[in-house]
Amino acid sequence: MTYLAKPKLHHPKLPTNALGYTRRDYEGAISTLCAGCGHDSISAAIIQACFELDLPPHRIAKLSGIGCSSKTPTYFLGNSHGFNSVHGRMPSVLTGANLANRDLIYLGVSGDGDSASIGLGQFAHVMRRGVNMTYIVENNGVYGLTKGQFSATSDKGSKSKRGVVNADEAIDLAALAMQLGATYVARSFSGDKAQLVPLIKGALLHPGAALLDVISPCVAFNNHTGSTKSYDYVREHNEAVNYLDVITLHKEITTEYSPGELQEVRQHDGSILRLRKLHEGYDASDRIAAMNFLQESKAEGEIATGLLFVEEDPADLHAASNTVATPLNALETADLVPGAGALAKINAGLR
Amino acid sequence: MQPTNVSSPDYFHKVVDCQWACPAHTPVPEYIRLIAAGRYSDAYLINWESNVFPGILGRTCDRPCEPACRRGRVEEANNASPEPVAICRLKRVAADLKDDIRDRLPKPARQKNGKRIACVGAGPASLTVARDLLPLGYHVVIYDGDARAGGMIRTQIPRFRLPESVIDEEVGYVLNLGAEFRAGTRVDSLKSLLAENYDAVFVGSGAPRGRDLDIPGRREAAANIHIGIDWLSSVSFGHIEKIGKRVIVLGGGNTAMDCCRSSRRLGGDDVKVIVRSGFDEMKASPWEKEDAQHEGIPIINFHVPKAFTHENGKLTGMTFEVVEAKYDANGKRSLVPSGQPDVHVECDDVLIAIGQENAFPWIERDIGLDFDKWGMPVVDKTTFQSTQAKVFFGGDAAFGPKNIIWAVAHGHDAAISIDKFCQAEDVAVRPPPMMNLLSQKMGIHEWSYDNAITADSRYKVPLKDVSIALKSIKVEVELGFDAKLGFKEAQRCLNCDVQTVFTAKQCIECDACVDICPMDCITFTEDGEEADVRKRLTAPALNLTQDLYISGGLKTGRIMAKDEDVCLHCGLCAERCPTGAWDMQKSFIEMTHAGCGKHKPLPLAAE
Repeated sequence: MTYLAKPKLHHPKLPTNALGYTRRDYEGAISTLCAGCGHDSISAAIIQACFELDLPPHRIAKLSGIGCSSKTPTYFLGNSHGFNSVHGRMPSVLTGANLANRDLIYLGVSGDGDSASIGLGQFAHVMRRGVNMTYIVENNGVYGLTKGQFSATSDKGSKSKRGVVNADEAIDLAALAMQLGATYVARSFSGDKAQLVPLIKGALLHPGAALLDVISPCVAFNNHTGSTKSYDYVREHNEAVNYLDVITLHKEITTEYSPGELQEVRQHDGSILRLRKLHEGYDASDRIAAMNFLQESKAEGEIATGLLFVEEDPADLHAASNTVATPLNALETADLVPGAGALAKINAGLR
Repeated sequence: MQPTNVSSPDYFHKVVDCQWACPAHTPVPEYIRLIAAGRYSDAYLINWESNVFPGILGRTCDRPCEPACRRGRVEEANNASPEPVAICRLKRVAADLKDDIRDRLPKPARQKNGKRIACVGAGPASLTVARDLLPLGYHVVIYDGDARAGGMIRTQIPRFRLPESVIDEEVGYVLNLGAEFRAGTRVDSLKSLLAENYDAVFVGSGAPRGRDLDIPGRREAAANIHIGIDWLSSVSFGHIEKIGKRVIVLGGGNTAMDCCRSSRRLGGDDVKVIVRSGFDEMKASPWEKEDAQHEGIPIINFHVPKAFTHENGKLTGMTFEVVEAKYDANGKRSLVPSGQPDVHVECDDVLIAIGQENAFPWIERDIGLDFDKWGMPVVDKTTFQSTQAKVFFGGDAAFGPKNIIWAVAHGHDAAISIDKFCQAEDVAVRPPPMMNLLSQKMGIHEWSYDNAITADSRYKVPLKDVSIALKSIKVEVELGFDAKLGFKEAQRCLNCDVQTVFTAKQCIECDACVDICPMDCITFTEDGEEADVRKRLTAPALNLTQDLYISGGLKTGRIMAKDEDVCLHCGLCAERCPTGAWDMQKSFIEMTHAGCGKHKPLPLAAE
């Protein structure tokens, strides 16, 4: 951490996006996390993704729970809405907010403790319901705030900083999300922004439940030999299945690929998720195959990263609940108070 | 790419743009920090060590450091009017606010080394040679045609820019080291000077001849036509105290600016500067043009003098041809007639300030000292030695008219050569500068320098009210920064000498530095050719005059590339680095002066 605010001065040639903002305009307050924390890189990737997508900051809502990861929304998107909720309860708050105002872009930020331990139930149900959101788990496999105990995502057999071996099985949040019906599931690494930024962009554009499990080394308590979430270990065992290019409507497609190398997923808003395959035969649109692949690569000791699964035409909670298309705060009295006649009609229908 | 060799003294020196640009390589950020700390005497001595005349230069320097200053580039697109740090005027703050530093200056050498050196001219170059050689035990004899030492500093710079007391003080510091000053003794034969058995002779006689303008009417109206530098020195010595009401100053250099502003103070109500070229191509420094305009002096450009007009032997005015600039395919400019009718400007006096020339009528051509086809002595660019091994040149006498700070730089180099020559060492072997790197870390978030970056714009130096300033030639126009303004301006300095030093083997490639850097200077990327690497950095490095700091040896096989161009030296990379791979280390670069290693550097008060 630092005591000095980041100087307002920026590079003289810093580009602006379609809204006239620079990347720096998407920043938040200066981080008070430990120096070298992977979470800060994820914050930077979120900033970059929102800048590149020309998102208006006031149309984004950041929600989080408790923990190092859940502090980070303070450090990005300083001009967006934010809600720092109770430990593990971010999914319900997000679901409620989303039901009330479906027009905002929802970004849930959580950690392995917040999502895989105290909030595992909430995590499961928000995925099942298909809430339209981007859910980022900043996964460092350790309880950093309480000085280095194993978390629920610590791999079985991995060692703590004090040399203790973990005896419990790890929860794989990406696998769980796939099983529970999430329609955009990706895994990435805080140390690889070239992969992470497009995955965040894809998730923000995806009109359904999107989970990003981002391995984010804890420099203070989980970056040692024997850890499976250290910078070195993840770099050595990272097995990217594909490389994502997010192509929004107004961006020209310039790169050429030979057939078979590419998988394209068209989204509702017209944007295209273009997947360059790195792993032969990997099909990101096949949920069952993806789940199998995840288990297999885990058994081989590899960490599968990339866009693991995406559904081309997802449905979300609003569709399932047949809710009104207008956000609740925009409904007029006429919509909300249809009058005695309408009530009489309903009552008549119930007789 | 080749990893950067940061142990070469030039690499980090170049990052300190101001110091690199200064001909005398004054450690600018170091003295600016001392000013901010209120240690004016220490700041003064750092200056004195490198440029000999801090009080004089703090008012008159041509400031090559300021266009180079990183602050100007950094403020681009961040500030409505990007401006460098007011380095020159901060130097004056140190000189104005210092205590009596006389007992901290070197003392006259207790033991003489028996060598005798003659300096021709008592200007900045000769005085620098004397300053460097006297403490080593040399006997230095300085000859000058004038009664007092200082050369052009005393004769050509008007008092309203540089008070006499400042000249007396700083020239005095040099003479008091034990120089023998032969006032009023003009050297008119180098041959006979050499016959006096000096061990070496230094020629620092300047460029004393002002160029004349030979056009019709010049001879007839001669009584009211003056050569600029001669007129300035007559004013300086009090021989001239008045000028006509209407004055034309010809020329676009700094001398022309001094002439027009002096005229305003000696009775000239209607003073005009008239130049051949365009306003933007004028040789005068932008701030000197500004100062002249501030005093109500119009600058009329694209007017070529055609004739002096006169009646009954008295000057009545001048006619000018109006021209315009035309550029050919190669971008070469020529001034062509605009077709407009000639202009006649009435005036009572004309000052010609269209350039200066060297003149060496006093150097015999048969003493083994070669001259080139332009009548300039053949002088080695590094050693300042002429083809007559005993004779060295410096200042304007060496390579034509430049500025005081160049004369000082020449003086230092010539002094090294003279010392080596007298000690029978090879003058071509030059001593390298000393470079010291020292970590500035004081605690987890504490540095020994103030790393917060201020957003302040450049502060203006307060001026005397024009109505008072124009009443006397002796009233100094600029009041200088006071301690408070000086502190604020000093805080604009980015401390470029506090270097970002990278140790690859400590780096875990966590990207913390990349994310925090406010100026997008740092990138971890695949290796490649420089031209290619420059394009794919976080922010493309398009300023090719600024180096990339490259480091290999990372675990992933990538390289760390840092573009030095707009780094704020805020130290956030080092604060956010979990392993100490980045550290902020102060590079202190000290140019070696004559007798390196033979005398100790000046002690600072409380280091």
